[in-house]
Amino acid sequence: MTGPSAALRIQELQQRVQVMQGSALSRSLPMLPGLSDLIRLRTGSTYAVDSPSLAMALMAGPSQAGEWTAVVGVPDFGLEAAEHLGVDLGRVVLVPRPGEHWLSVTAGLLDVAGLVLVKPPSPVSEHQAARLKSRMRQKDAALLSWGPWPRSEATLSVSSSTWDGVGHGHGRLAGRRVVVEVTQSGPTRAVPLWLPGADRQVRAAEPAVRAVVQVAG
Amino acid sequence: MSVGGSTGGRVAVADLAHPRVMVLWCPDWPVVAAAGHHELSLRSPVAVVDKGEVFACSPAARAEGVARGMRRRDAASRCPELAVVDRVPEVEARAFEAVLSSVEDVASGVSPLRPGLCALGVPSRFYGGEREAAAVVAEQLVGVGVWDSRSGVADGLFAAEHAARRAPAQDCWVVEPGGSAAFLGDLPISVLEDHDLVTLLRRLGIRSLGDFASLSPRDVLTRFGHHGARLHRLARGQDGRVASSRRPPVEVQQHVTFDPPLETIEPVVFSTRQTADRCVAELSRHGLVATEVRIEVLGDRGWLGSRVWSHSRWFASSDLVDRLYWQLQADPAPEPVTEVRLCPERVESLGDHGAGLWGSSVDEHVERGIARLQGMLGPEEVLTAAVQGGRSPRARQQTSPWGERGVQPRRVSLPWPGSIPPPAPARVFAEPLPSLVLGVDGRPVQVTDRGQVSAPPATFRAGRGAAQVQVQAWAGPWPIDELWWDPAHARQVARFQLVGVDGSAWLLVVEDGQWWTEARYD
Repeated sequence: MTGPSAALRIQELQQRVQVMQGSALSRSLPMLPGLSDLIRLRTGSTYAVDSPSLAMALMAGPSQAGEWTAVVGVPDFGLEAAEHLGVDLGRVVLVPRPGEHWLSVTAGLLDVAGLVLVKPPSPVSEHQAARLKSRMRQKDAALLSWGPWPRSEATLSVSSSTWDGVGHGHGRLAGRRVVVEVTQSGPTRAVPLWLPGADRQVRAAEPAVRAVVQVAG
Repeated sequence: MSVGGSTGGRVAVADLAHPRVMVLWCPDWPVVAAAGHHELSLRSPVAVVDKGEVFACSPAARAEGVARGMRRRDAASRCPELAVVDRVPEVEARAFEAVLSSVEDVASGVSPLRPGLCALGVPSRFYGGEREAAAVVAEQLVGVGVWDSRSGVADGLFAAEHAARRAPAQDCWVVEPGGSAAFLGDLPISVLEDHDLVTLLRRLGIRSLGDFASLSPRDVLTRFGHHGARLHRLARGQDGRVASSRRPPVEVQQHVTFDPPLETIEPVVFSTRQTADRCVAELSRHGLVATEVRIEVLGDRGWLGSRVWSHSRWFASSDLVDRLYWQLQADPAPEPVTEVRLCPERVESLGDHGAGLWGSSVDEHVERGIARLQGMLGPEEVLTAAVQGGRSPRARQQTSPWGERGVQPRRVSLPWPGSIPPPAPARVFAEPLPSLVLGVDGRPVQVTDRGQVSAPPATFRAGRGAAQVQVQAWAGPWPIDELWWDPAHARQVARFQLVGVDGSAWLLVVEDGQWWTEARYD
């Protein structure tokens, strides 16, 4: 076994010992480079998002680093978009229709995957959130909720969205500029992003808002 | 370097460091198989026809001027007494099965390459030499009625196959150890069977494998890529592939019969437990594990339910029982069950799969967790995902139940005219939503026969009950040739991208004035 992989192995074993002792430290999940200004996901926490593209971009970092990811309760999850944003579909588990079992399915998938995206079919109670929280800490995994989540670590919402490349009867959708509002222990931050840019990459956008395409008469 | 011919080669002693491979070739196999199936004589002219063209023909037909690629009518006019049969690939594969099992009686590690061609390890030590071993194999084939077989022995699969093609009937062409490059050097470049590359090389003045092999590997890699480099390795006789084991012999199949037949699922599954244990134990006795298993369920009136299950790790006996349970739930037997068969389809060496020193692998952990979910929801509810080729966003994605071998995906790299270029929509609706798009004139937007819009879109409603939104920008129409929901009728269909003033972007399709929302760029 070579040096770096041995070190990784030791880290993994330490993590496993801590999990067994029930004192797992939360670790931060790898993120796409373009999202470095946005947020850093940590295991043991829940993050509420309101856009599937944003959720896919958040999943891409851990997925590329070898984590399994799972998607619960999203029957219209666009697989090709997820792949373009960087999610490795070979390590994705989909449960599109969990029905009434959505909470147990999510809990079960936290066992398997490092990051789970769930779209709760009904408002989530404090009790349900607390149950999943302890599960996440135990299993060293993080949760993304498409929709509000009680006591979430952070809420990320797309406050404005502008499309590039499309006019009136010409061009096509090419790039999308969004402003993501991040609410996390403190004042709300607004982070401009290309989600994705014309080069299909997710990256930080310059703060100046460009002229919006004129509305048809 | 000496090249062993069919008559002059000395017997090579098997070198343990360089495993030798024998390729067995039965020429005109489609004809041999079809003749056996239709009880025709191979001495008479016979042609096997695929899609209206001659696919293979017997030597007698060839002598009359029939050749591969000729049209059926032309072939019949050259040789009026020609017996023409349609090609049935299953017949070829089934007939070759008999050849494989008879070869397995005298040799090990038999792996079929395609019907009519198989590779095997050379049992030279046991039979006293490679030529002797080949003679034993040829004799064995005569026993099952195959008179024309040729074999080639070399260091690699590629050289051995071409040695077999040079051998006379019922004989063997031995390429000495280390002699593959010299043997291959004389062959024409066309044996690489890559039309584009071969044409290019010919234009560069490279006409034999020897010419190709003399190029520097680095130049080949930089100019022709990894594929070219692989073919270059073959041409230089550096073919690492040796015969690998084919699927296990029939003895590993396990079955259990029920008398009286069982009506409900649970007793069937329960009574199969021991058989599953036996199946796994029998495989592990041979140092093997199954990674793909076919489960067959037989009813008492002849019903047969069959499904192939694969496993990313390998099947333990409890996995087999689970799969049987899922299969019976998804595809219940319409009549009492008399028999269950477990047939390992693909096996691998246990050594490749043993658990590590630190316990089980991560993927095994995933496998277990998902098996629990499948137990809770049913196997069809937990899916794996892939992207495939297709025109509509819906057709471009493929999901299949976890652990079940998916349908072969359509290739993404092919051109798919009418498909919308990226970015791909983040939400793809299972069923298109009926929608409304009004033009600046206040009437529903239509697309004319010439692909023009009746009026620029002004407002739209994506789905029933959705709010009416003003159009900020739009693109299209992209006409569609293929009618994915009703191929029986040709209609005027086109796709549009609409962006609302609220910043939402949608993919819509219009068909005879009726609008549908297919996906959302969300």
